[in-house]
Amino acid sequence: MLHFFSDIFQYQFILNAFLAALLVSIAAGIVGSYIVARRLVFLSGGITHASFGGIGIAYYLGLNPILGAAIFAVITAFGIESLSSRYKVREDSAIGIMWSVGMAIGIFFVFLTPGYAPNLMSFLFGSILTVTKQDVYLLLGLDLAMIIFFILFYYPILYLAFDANYARTQKVPEKVFSYILMAFVTVTIVLSIRLVGIILLISLLTVPPTIANLFTKKFKYLIYSSILIGFVGTITGLMVSHGLNVPSGTTIILALIFMFLIARLIRLIMDKIISIKQLSKN
Amino acid sequence: MGKIFEFTSVSAGYDDEIVLKDVNFTVGDNDFVGVIGPNGGGKTTLLKLILGEIKPKRGTIEYFKREPNEVLFGYLPQVIGIDKKFPISVMEVVLSGLLGRKGIMGRYTGHDKRMSLNLLQRMEIQHLKDKAIGELSGGQMQRVFLCRALISHPRLLILDEPNTFVDNKFEKELYELLQELNKEMAIIMVSHDLGTITTHVKTIACVNRQLHYHPSNLITTDQLAAYDCPIQIIAHGPVPHTVLHKH
Repeated sequence: MLHFFSDIFQYQFILNAFLAALLVSIAAGIVGSYIVARRLVFLSGGITHASFGGIGIAYYLGLNPILGAAIFAVITAFGIESLSSRYKVREDSAIGIMWSVGMAIGIFFVFLTPGYAPNLMSFLFGSILTVTKQDVYLLLGLDLAMIIFFILFYYPILYLAFDANYARTQKVPEKVFSYILMAFVTVTIVLSIRLVGIILLISLLTVPPTIANLFTKKFKYLIYSSILIGFVGTITGLMVSHGLNVPSGTTIILALIFMFLIARLIRLIMDKIISIKQLSKN
Repeated sequence: MGKIFEFTSVSAGYDDEIVLKDVNFTVGDNDFVGVIGPNGGGKTTLLKLILGEIKPKRGTIEYFKREPNEVLFGYLPQVIGIDKKFPISVMEVVLSGLLGRKGIMGRYTGHDKRMSLNLLQRMEIQHLKDKAIGELSGGQMQRVFLCRALISHPRLLILDEPNTFVDNKFEKELYELLQELNKEMAIIMVSHDLGTITTHVKTIACVNRQLHYHPSNLITTDQLAAYDCPIQIIAHGPVPHTVLHKH
């Protein structure tokens, strides 16, 4: 498995995958912290799965599948919003509907496409073979945009997420921020599909902040540590994926879950030590 | 004594529904107005109008700032709808009260942090400054939100049901604190609890589709009936009890 690192410099696709993992960890750390804090995980899961509809149609038409996914992801995000606000469908039901409709459309068109669909598995479970140089540049652009946005507007983002009612009285343009943040969530999802795949993506977003949340209660540190945890998890996953020839999404998620179990154990031991210390004080 | 805001024949509501009709209402420095009225009578709409969150359908609201960047309002919303698991520290919550003045690209300085520490100290919860908001009790949390409302040195403090979900000890301290704060700023307090309101406020506004301003803190049931303001009156005694209307 260690030849992964020597292979980085020998094979372009491994270098791409390595860089993509690094950049995805940054985007996923920021977006993941946001959706976990704001409880938008189910919504994000819906957007992720619905984007498969776009992949299927793009396949059928011979277009770039990631572009198709992006279009579908945006349609889903707005579709859920309008279903729940204009047509009074309950939001979680709206998410559930878009979730499966997108998947159904995707599978439908993949099966209509003549010939065998070799990349289907890689879209569902991720594959390091498919990461292109273009993906790496797109991820870099996304990361930069998001880092700048979060540095400039960290406080309004935090305060809107915590208490939108109050933030509104402080003249924060809630709608504008919500849309921009939703756009970041959507683009992050779409650009992470190649690496981890649709079915496993939501764990990449939620597991790192969940681990970080065991040790910090501050949003800022949640983001920093989620990025770091995501990076360790994705690189470990890539190494295993490369060594055993298993889809990268699977190995990345398993690596992250393994880290979660270890973190939970550390937290348990820390709590024990703290309570023993307090007992001896009294 | 300067005016802070003035409503002139204001009507407001949502979609086609009118919730408040033809309201005239003026609040000036050092006023202490208790707002009472039945649920759905328009108390929340009144607050939203004052805070500028919704615009009146008819009539005008005028604000009287003494200088352009003066902060008029400090707001203590109802505690419902707060996510107790949210990763935010007590200090960060207090600092969010400065967001309006700082603007969306604002940065917090050492001076801001000292100011919020002073406020936390005044509320006797400075030792909690690094705790996550969800680790606090109801009363402690309400104190933090009060600090958030006060940090911008507002001319008018607006409290929406500050006595729900808090213990009796905090309630007593809160009213003592409000008496003290009233020397520095005007206060508007929405409450269900008429008994408490009458002992602490200076004047009363009854809100039920219309607004009746009662220029005293003593109000009789007959007057309440005349104002069309059916509310539950809670009397305070050694044993908690509720007095019901005669049948």
